[in-house]
Amino acid sequence: MSRIDVKKTYKLFIGGQFPRSESGRTYEIKGANGKFIANPSLASRKDLRDSVTAAKSALPGWSAATAFNRGQILYRVAEIMQGRQEQFKSEILALEGGTAKAASTQVEEAIDLWVWYAGWCDKISTIAGATNPIAGPYYNFTTPEELGVVGIIAEQKASLLGLVAAIAPVIATGNTAVVIASEKRPLPAITLSEALATSDLPAGVLNILTGKVSELAPWMASHMEVDGMDVSGCDSKLETELRVLGAENLKRIHRFGKVPSPQRMLAFMESKTVWHPIGV
Amino acid sequence: MVTLVDGSEESLRTYLKTLPGVDKVGADQRAAMLATRSIKTTSKSWAIDMAIQMVDLTTLEGADTEGKVRAICAKAVHPDPTDFSVPSVGAVCVYNDLVKVTRQNLDANGGSHIPVAAVTTAFPSGRASFPVKIQDTKDALDDGATEIDMVIDRGAFLSGKLGLVFDEIKSIKELCADRAHLKVILETGELVTYDNVRKASYLAMLAGADFIKTSTGKVTPAATAPVVLVMLEAVRDYYVQTGLRIGVKAAGGIRTTKDAIKQLVLVNEIAGPDWLNPQYFRIGASALLNDLLLQRMKLASGHYSGSNYVTLD
Amino acid sequence: MDKKPFEYAPAPESRALVSIKPQYGLFINGSWVEPLFKEKFATINPANEEVLSKISQAGKSDVDRAVKAARDAYTKTWSKMPAKERGKYLFRIARIMQERAREFAVLESLDNGKPIRESRDVDVPLAAAHFFYHAGWADKLDYAGLGNSPKPHGVVGQIIPWNFPVLMLAWKIAPALATGNTVVLKPAETTPLTALLFAEVCQQAELPAGVVNIITGDGVTGSTLVNHPGVDKIAFTGSTEVGKLIARSIAVTGKSATLELGGKAANIVFEDAAIDQAVEGIVNGIFFNQGHVCCAGSRLIIQENIHDEVLEKLKRRMALIRVGDPLDKNTDLGAINSAAQLAKIKELSTAGDAEGAFRWSPECELPKKGFWFAPTIFTGVTQSHRIAREEIFGPVLSILTFRTPQEAIEKANNTPYGLSAGIWSEKGSRILWASKELKAGVIWANTFNKFDPASPFGGYKESGWGREGGRHGLAAYLKGAK
Repeated sequence: MSRIDVKKTYKLFIGGQFPRSESGRTYEIKGANGKFIANPSLASRKDLRDSVTAAKSALPGWSAATAFNRGQILYRVAEIMQGRQEQFKSEILALEGGTAKAASTQVEEAIDLWVWYAGWCDKISTIAGATNPIAGPYYNFTTPEELGVVGIIAEQKASLLGLVAAIAPVIATGNTAVVIASEKRPLPAITLSEALATSDLPAGVLNILTGKVSELAPWMASHMEVDGMDVSGCDSKLETELRVLGAENLKRIHRFGKVPSPQRMLAFMESKTVWHPIGV
Repeated sequence: MVTLVDGSEESLRTYLKTLPGVDKVGADQRAAMLATRSIKTTSKSWAIDMAIQMVDLTTLEGADTEGKVRAICAKAVHPDPTDFSVPSVGAVCVYNDLVKVTRQNLDANGGSHIPVAAVTTAFPSGRASFPVKIQDTKDALDDGATEIDMVIDRGAFLSGKLGLVFDEIKSIKELCADRAHLKVILETGELVTYDNVRKASYLAMLAGADFIKTSTGKVTPAATAPVVLVMLEAVRDYYVQTGLRIGVKAAGGIRTTKDAIKQLVLVNEIAGPDWLNPQYFRIGASALLNDLLLQRMKLASGHYSGSNYVTLD
Repeated sequence: MDKKPFEYAPAPESRALVSIKPQYGLFINGSWVEPLFKEKFATINPANEEVLSKISQAGKSDVDRAVKAARDAYTKTWSKMPAKERGKYLFRIARIMQERAREFAVLESLDNGKPIRESRDVDVPLAAAHFFYHAGWADKLDYAGLGNSPKPHGVVGQIIPWNFPVLMLAWKIAPALATGNTVVLKPAETTPLTALLFAEVCQQAELPAGVVNIITGDGVTGSTLVNHPGVDKIAFTGSTEVGKLIARSIAVTGKSATLELGGKAANIVFEDAAIDQAVEGIVNGIFFNQGHVCCAGSRLIIQENIHDEVLEKLKRRMALIRVGDPLDKNTDLGAINSAAQLAKIKELSTAGDAEGAFRWSPECELPKKGFWFAPTIFTGVTQSHRIAREEIFGPVLSILTFRTPQEAIEKANNTPYGLSAGIWSEKGSRILWASKELKAGVIWANTFNKFDPASPFGGYKESGWGREGGRHGLAAYLKGAK
């Protein structure tokens, strides 16, 4: 008789821990072939609230880490993912279907994207900062800083690449994040969280929820501790609703295309300009 | 009276360290802003007459002679010989060998109320032995100077010998005693930074100066607006701390009525109106007086006057 | 002895420099037109309540006309013009503003109530400098690091406040034109005159018709402009409350927006500060422009061990503030811009009294007519007082204390706003630490309320979206740039 597989319980990733939803709810995920795959947690608004709290408390430490240090940690994520390449590939194949080659490519691109953003950590300020030649006896410089807590509604289709494309630029610059994974294809996100948990990324920097976007996103958009949102994974009707809710604390809300770009980092950064007199 | 230091080198060093720094750009801007004050009509005539009374009419040249002194004494008493409503100046300032003749000339011209100020202590450099500085001052006092303009030893100040600077001022003050007012020249152009100006101002006040004075007139920059501002802040703060009102003398580079009025605005808005009289504020100048007179004529007559209508002394 | 022997005689700037028309139309498509509904409202001199002119209330159809003119100018002229030539128009505008600077300054002080010293030395020179600065950017956008051949939005709707009328106009129009957009601008209801004078400058510069359109009116006109389907982008400076309304309405229409909103800036004085300059900075921080400044240093946070010393010096300094005729060259504090604003300042000050803070103002005689408020400080303020949290937008300073640097930062950041902050210390490492910790878009260390076209300005948190000025400010007017 052949050996029975040990199947994984897919849980949430909040504050470095892997809890089930406080609501006790789960939902059924089926593969591209229509067969049952898993019962991940159906996160509630309280799970979202806890995630925001975790992200907020991780913010001072993560934003104060040196850019060099953040770059090393992002690179470490790529290393760990490389080791789990097969697992990501099989999850993508099961959920998204398509060819094995396409699944492999998605995993490779996701890993390479971590490497790309790892290298950006200690360069973005150089590119986006400035010393400003003002007309007076002052030294004046502008430097971009992290925005704070960013809510991410990950892309729905490319379950791994879309996720990495959204989270890597956000945390590269010192933000912390709460992510709502692809609703129907959440498994690579959970597997990624396992990679993150073993990659020196401080607890709470990234928090990953699985569940219904339409249920969680409005709570995210109206949460006054969330400073910005990536709504790339929403339809335009939900996006409008989120923008209206987000106006209450003037959240920075953005939607992005597929091409990786420093703009994705800058969208969740604030420029600070400092003046100081020059004199003896 | 509050005693802030015991006079020891250490106490001076410790005390001066407690003084807040001066931000150069901020001080420059405050002075520049006050320079935009627009002084017109009645306030301008008041300011011109006040400035005339604050002038220490000065001649400090190697080429000074009794003749030159005679001329400026006449001018000091009646700056405008055609208009006796013009007040006389605050003092006449000369080298110590000319004190006697200055005193005589003033007295002979109805100017017995005008003090003679003598520059001493090896003015302008201050580079002489201590006994020479003492003798220099004694001579001036014996010849009738009632105001002594001494220079500090800038070399000593810049090399941190605060006790030496303090002791010299104190000794000269003791010599002056009740016979003369002591003005201590900081030569701010050589101290360079406003932090130094503030420290030197305090050092002079702590040692007994009756006035602190910007400059000898032999070094530029001299009485710039921000330097005077920093010194006015120092005398204002010192008054709050000790109850002693110390005067300020701005000397060097003040040539026009506009310059002088800017100085009065600084006094008015930094130290306050209590300093706005010749007892507590002086302007060391020579050419300034004629410009004040020209402006005064313009205000009185309504038209612009010319250089041949003021006397060239 | 007379305590005030040196009274400064009145030194008024000549009003003859400006000619104000009895009434104004709208500036649409390069010429003056009457509003379709002929509706007018008065703009007054807040220093004496004299009616200066009658201003047109632009209705919906007027907004339509203006947006259409801007669209036509964009598609037919402005977007086709080589960038180099576009820049030359901005240079021309800068030069004409410099030539007519005194006229702008007098008009600004008449309509706004601000002291002529400020309009003459700050607002107008800076406004001209903004045009000069942005003129040079017009043909260099490819090098700005904001994407390859970045593209303008098209028609930009701009709404500006009454506190710096011509300066805010420059902050809006100069970058918009430099990046190739055309503009419909609405000045504030109470201060339209310098924007209308600017229309004349556009004519003298021979700016193509429709590139700049100036429509006057109240909040209804503004809202019509914001919601107009022909407008591609909104740029707004004003209250956070209205900013949120705009954010909601563009959520539906999908327009992009930059918002410069309110603030409640902390001005932190450490024990090692250069005290005299800090006192100047405090005064400049809150009493500049009657405190009608979104980035005003309205919360003074002093290290407890120097509180009394700073307070004594501050009071002494405040007693020297000359309140009165805005056109007098020696005036430091002018008129409050409107009756409504005066009522708001009074209401919040009364709340300060009621909450147990201690109010102090120097003796000063306020004019009988017009809108006036004496320079005021409140001591004994705590974080929970309304006057420590709400933007007063007037010459009212709330004073708090701190014991440790960390406490200073916590108090400073404890606000939904994040526009600006001040730090006073003679210690370099402390300044850099504090400027890093403070959550604000502009940090003034050992200075306050300084502005420059090359220096990006704008806030964190609820103080707004985006930056104005510098390379960063260009991003607001280019598609896709962040």
